[in-house]
Amino acid sequence: MSTTITEENNLTKKDFVTPNDVRWCPGCGDYAILNAVQRTLPELGIPREQFVVVSGIGCSSRFPYYMNTYGFHTIHGRAPTVATGVKVANPDLSVWMITGDGDGLSIGANHLLHLLRRNLDINVLLFNNRIYGLTKGQYSPTSEVGKKTKSTPLGSVDHPINPLLFALGSEATFVARTTDTDMKHMIETFKAAQAHKGTSFVEVFQNCVIFNNKTFDSVTSRDAKQDQLLTLEEGKPLVFGANKDKGIRLNGLDPEIVTLGDGIGHDDLLIHQPSNPNSAYANILAQMTYPTFPTPVGVLRQLDGRETYEDALIQQIEYAQSKDSDNLQELLTGQNSWVVEN
Amino acid sequence: MIQPTDSFEEIDSAVVRFAGDSGDGMQTVGERFTDSSAFAGNDIATLPDFPAEIRAPAGTLAGVSGFQLQFGNTKILTPGDEPDALVAMNPAALKSNIGDLPEGGMLVVNIDSFKSMNLKKAGYESNPLDDEDFRKKYHLIELDLTGLTKEALKESPLKPSDKVRCKNFFALGFMYYVYGRPLEPTLKFFEQKWGKRLPDLAEANSKVLKAGFNLGDTMETARNRYQVSKAPVQAGVYRKISGNEALVYGLVTASRKANRELLYSGYPITPASPVLEGLSQLKNFGIKCVQAEDEIAAMGVALGASFAGDLTVCATSGPGMCLKSEFIGLASITELPLIICNVQRGGPSTGLPTKTEQSDLLQALFSRHGDCPIPVIAAHSPSDCFDCAIEAVRIALTYMTPVILLSDLYVANGAEPWRVPNVSDIPVIENSFAKIEEEYVIYRRDPKTLARTQAIPGQVGLEHRIGGLEKGEDGGVSYDPDNHEEMSHLRAQKVAGIAKSLDPIEIQGEPEGDLLVIGWGGTYGAISSAATNLRDEGFSVSNIHLRHLNPLPDDLGDIIGRFKKVIVPELNLGQLNLLLRAKYLVDVISYGKLQGKPFKVSELHEKFLEHLR
Repeated sequence: MSTTITEENNLTKKDFVTPNDVRWCPGCGDYAILNAVQRTLPELGIPREQFVVVSGIGCSSRFPYYMNTYGFHTIHGRAPTVATGVKVANPDLSVWMITGDGDGLSIGANHLLHLLRRNLDINVLLFNNRIYGLTKGQYSPTSEVGKKTKSTPLGSVDHPINPLLFALGSEATFVARTTDTDMKHMIETFKAAQAHKGTSFVEVFQNCVIFNNKTFDSVTSRDAKQDQLLTLEEGKPLVFGANKDKGIRLNGLDPEIVTLGDGIGHDDLLIHQPSNPNSAYANILAQMTYPTFPTPVGVLRQLDGRETYEDALIQQIEYAQSKDSDNLQELLTGQNSWVVEN
Repeated sequence: MIQPTDSFEEIDSAVVRFAGDSGDGMQTVGERFTDSSAFAGNDIATLPDFPAEIRAPAGTLAGVSGFQLQFGNTKILTPGDEPDALVAMNPAALKSNIGDLPEGGMLVVNIDSFKSMNLKKAGYESNPLDDEDFRKKYHLIELDLTGLTKEALKESPLKPSDKVRCKNFFALGFMYYVYGRPLEPTLKFFEQKWGKRLPDLAEANSKVLKAGFNLGDTMETARNRYQVSKAPVQAGVYRKISGNEALVYGLVTASRKANRELLYSGYPITPASPVLEGLSQLKNFGIKCVQAEDEIAAMGVALGASFAGDLTVCATSGPGMCLKSEFIGLASITELPLIICNVQRGGPSTGLPTKTEQSDLLQALFSRHGDCPIPVIAAHSPSDCFDCAIEAVRIALTYMTPVILLSDLYVANGAEPWRVPNVSDIPVIENSFAKIEEEYVIYRRDPKTLARTQAIPGQVGLEHRIGGLEKGEDGGVSYDPDNHEEMSHLRAQKVAGIAKSLDPIEIQGEPEGDLLVIGWGGTYGAISSAATNLRDEGFSVSNIHLRHLNPLPDDLGDIIGRFKKVIVPELNLGQLNLLLRAKYLVDVISYGKLQGKPFKVSELHEKFLEHLR
């Protein structure tokens, strides 16, 4: 989302910290995300009172209590609806919606879909830890098939949701992914989300230290991330690997990994174009997953120009107001009244 | 305008019912007859009655749509128990309505449709119109509406199939003749609706309406004409209004009076959709309308917008109320103002989507988990929806609470004349806003109302967090047992305290006596008529009608104590009855009806009499 920068302000991270004790488990990835958000907001040039943080239910959704802004901790899955109401009531506000894989993609998937397709100017951060943490460890809609949890002793049989494909399928205008292990990348991604006018969907790989520890380690650990993550940068070829010697090129409709050299150069590779109006490219990226492919992080898709819901709604009101009177007495009287005289 | 002639018989009131296929335009002719009667200065009450299917197979019983109205020269409180005149457009309409027509009643039938196929579809083995006993039982007027309409439109450029569709207005014109109704409002309606877009259609309908009227003039059998003179009413500007329209106007007015922008968020559902549609038409009043993805979302949008400072409203019906329950609990614990209108219909589940019922009262009071009292009020007539909307907003903003406003299908779709209020006479509604210069403590309460104050996102220095977890006065999450108990008590006391702001209950009849009738919601007209009739007959019966169902008015207990017996008629299996028994330990007589239809005055009269003898 984007909110007009109105004035210089001297906010710092401290201004966004509440006195409340943070009650996530020690070592939870949420701490890093909170830190990243508290470091991002002061740099946006938006007055603190213009921020509203809205969440649903789950570990991630405790987030508003720890942000010294306006905040609303709502009910399970329904944060997109409340965030929509806040934004429609006052489009000048910078609205941040915090959700998780269960909150956003199970009980609240319907609302998330409608928020994305309506393209309200709201930033959605979905903390994906592939587990139900607050209810103590049942599998979630992003858990992998075969996941053994308390509610799936023989392994989960559900095919998981890919959050990025979900967002792309909902025709979100901004779709990104970042990880709780990379502070710099998180801040960059959150800033890009704020700069985008329209709903910005950001999946954050987040580690649940208690119930699903190290679930993303294969791609986010210090050792793995060089080879297993593909960091997307606009206008640049899809290159990855500790030595930047591997790349992704297209073979027909399928992506394939190639090693640079031996006649294969950057020109042969896919160039990252998040603004490509055809969503096929972003869908290819979203489906690339370790170990078959490196897992992409960064902004997969950013389409500018689609009107936001609140702008369209306000424009209709302004049009109607320019055309018709708002005389309440005339409305009540109507066109077919009669007068009784005594 | 038709001048009364000697051939008119002066009557106090009349009940007319139009019945036909759902594609026959019966609702339209009923509406027009209503407008015309309003224009003639009568008091009116209407009862549209249509099937859940938009167009059930033509000619079948399932597809019959009806519209009944009563008009009179005195206060008309109900659409009438039974019709004096029935217009039946086909055999199915005849079959499903003839049981209500008393012997000697006027029966106008479209004989053209009484053919073997239609008779069979309606389940008639032979044509009832051929039965001599049947013919003698009613004042039968047989019209070949199809033929007469075609004849009247000989010159019209309309397609033959379109011409035939005008026949409902032939029937209407004929009934206008019988009851001496003015044609002008209907001719004006044609002009407004089709004059510009489809001038041929406007012209054809006008022609057919007049032809129907003129036929009456020339037809021997229609010599009985009736005259219903003006009802004596307070001077003023009047209009016809339905319950859903009045609700829309009341909400817009309340938003002006509270100086808050109105945001309505809804999901289409019978019979509440006209509220969504009505407010969507009023963007020139700055109203934000959101058609949400479902009932839950509608409530979430409204709650979010309430948090951000708008006056917010949802309207729905029973199934939607079920879905909104969890959010109503959140609105209660966060103490945000919000109006939830439930236009009740028959339940449970999909139930009777197009029939009226009052069976959501206990749901309104108790459908949340936890101790979660919510103020509940109910509208008793179409125009009362206007006043109730304003009252709901007053309670919500004064006490910082969600409010449930109960209407029902009968009230929502029914129409009556309404004396248009002067906007400037309606009192301003105060908000409970936080003051920027003071320290903001989220749940610090006004000692009088126990309401918290509201700070709006965007206000400098009032940043705060609210949510569904139990909290202390400062808004901080608290699982302290004593705090939870105290907070629960405070929320309950706040809602109970609303009773202090209510006017004394208006008692119709003596303040004490043999029988007290207590009603609520759309049963007002029938109860009031039946009780008035019994008082006129010399019985000691009084009646009160409750607008506030939670909290109940403070003086209710005393009033109940002054009567030997108390009876509660309601269109459910005894819900208010249960509340009154629980609260006042009184042996209330419950009289329930669950047929998807309003009470008849006669059945209430009989029931009350049973307890008066």
